[in-house]
Amino acid sequence: MSIAITTQFICFTVLSLVILVGALGVVLLESIVYSAFLLGGVFMSVAGLYLLLNASFVAAAQVLVYVGAVNVLIIFAIMLVNKKEDLKPINNINSRRIISTSICLTLLSLLIRVDLTNVWSLSNPLNSVGEESTIRIGEHLFSDYLLPFEVASVLLLMAMIGAIVLARRDVMSKDISTGLPVDQELIEKSSEPLLTNKS
Amino acid sequence: MMNLESIPIQAFLIVSSSLFCIGIWGLLNSRNAVRVLMSIELMLNAVNINLMAFSSYVDNNLIQGQVFTIFVITVAAAEAAVGLAILLSLYRNRVTVDMESFNLLKW
Repeated sequence: MSIAITTQFICFTVLSLVILVGALGVVLLESIVYSAFLLGGVFMSVAGLYLLLNASFVAAAQVLVYVGAVNVLIIFAIMLVNKKEDLKPINNINSRRIISTSICLTLLSLLIRVDLTNVWSLSNPLNSVGEESTIRIGEHLFSDYLLPFEVASVLLLMAMIGAIVLARRDVMSKDISTGLPVDQELIEKSSEPLLTNKS
Repeated sequence: MMNLESIPIQAFLIVSSSLFCIGIWGLLNSRNAVRVLMSIELMLNAVNINLMAFSSYVDNNLIQGQVFTIFVITVAAAEAAVGLAILLSLYRNRVTVDMESFNLLKW
């Protein structure tokens, strides 16, 4: 990459700050809608980090798939299930919080220790493919990673069909339990939920 | 001013470690099921940053890490679609997104 090193440092610092603050906002904010939009910001900043690492194709894929598809899907899901509900208080929430936070901090310190103390065998920057990474990815996908590439397409088809089957309402001509014909109108009637709380 | 010719790989690794731990914290502490799915996406992104950093610093000629990142993005998209479909189906049956009330498999 031909950007000056100072510019790279400034870009990296800004992008990392946006990623970490945005991720904290995603998990800590009360409103789930703000969380969803902050998640979009985190995804965009991660794409910026990929650009700093000379990977323009992966950055474009990140923006297309994560911001364009996954984030929009999450926002649609929020619109479909966003109902104000008062959550029941659970017992000993404080001890649960303390245990989970300490587990996360322990894992973080362990990971950072490994990051800083291990000696990484860095390769020579002169061998870098640099701007031609897209060509190299294409060669990989159609030679030594051909089978995973094809399996990924089958996986996407399975996920699509599975999502349709799981998310639609049952379209059956007869009710299973009563045998009466089911009305097929698009608007959902208020019905008794199948698995109400026993308590 | 630091006298370096590029950003050290440790900086990327620390960012990805922190993002991963934030994701785990959110996964353990969220009560809203949509937020749990968002935390999973955060963790997958942390893994992707890790793969990209190693592919750029350790394997910068073959860049197999970038190919792996493409596959992880594919799997994450499939996971998000199926996860949100399961969430919608759960919401239709129980009329809540509270993780504490999905306890049919609890013994």
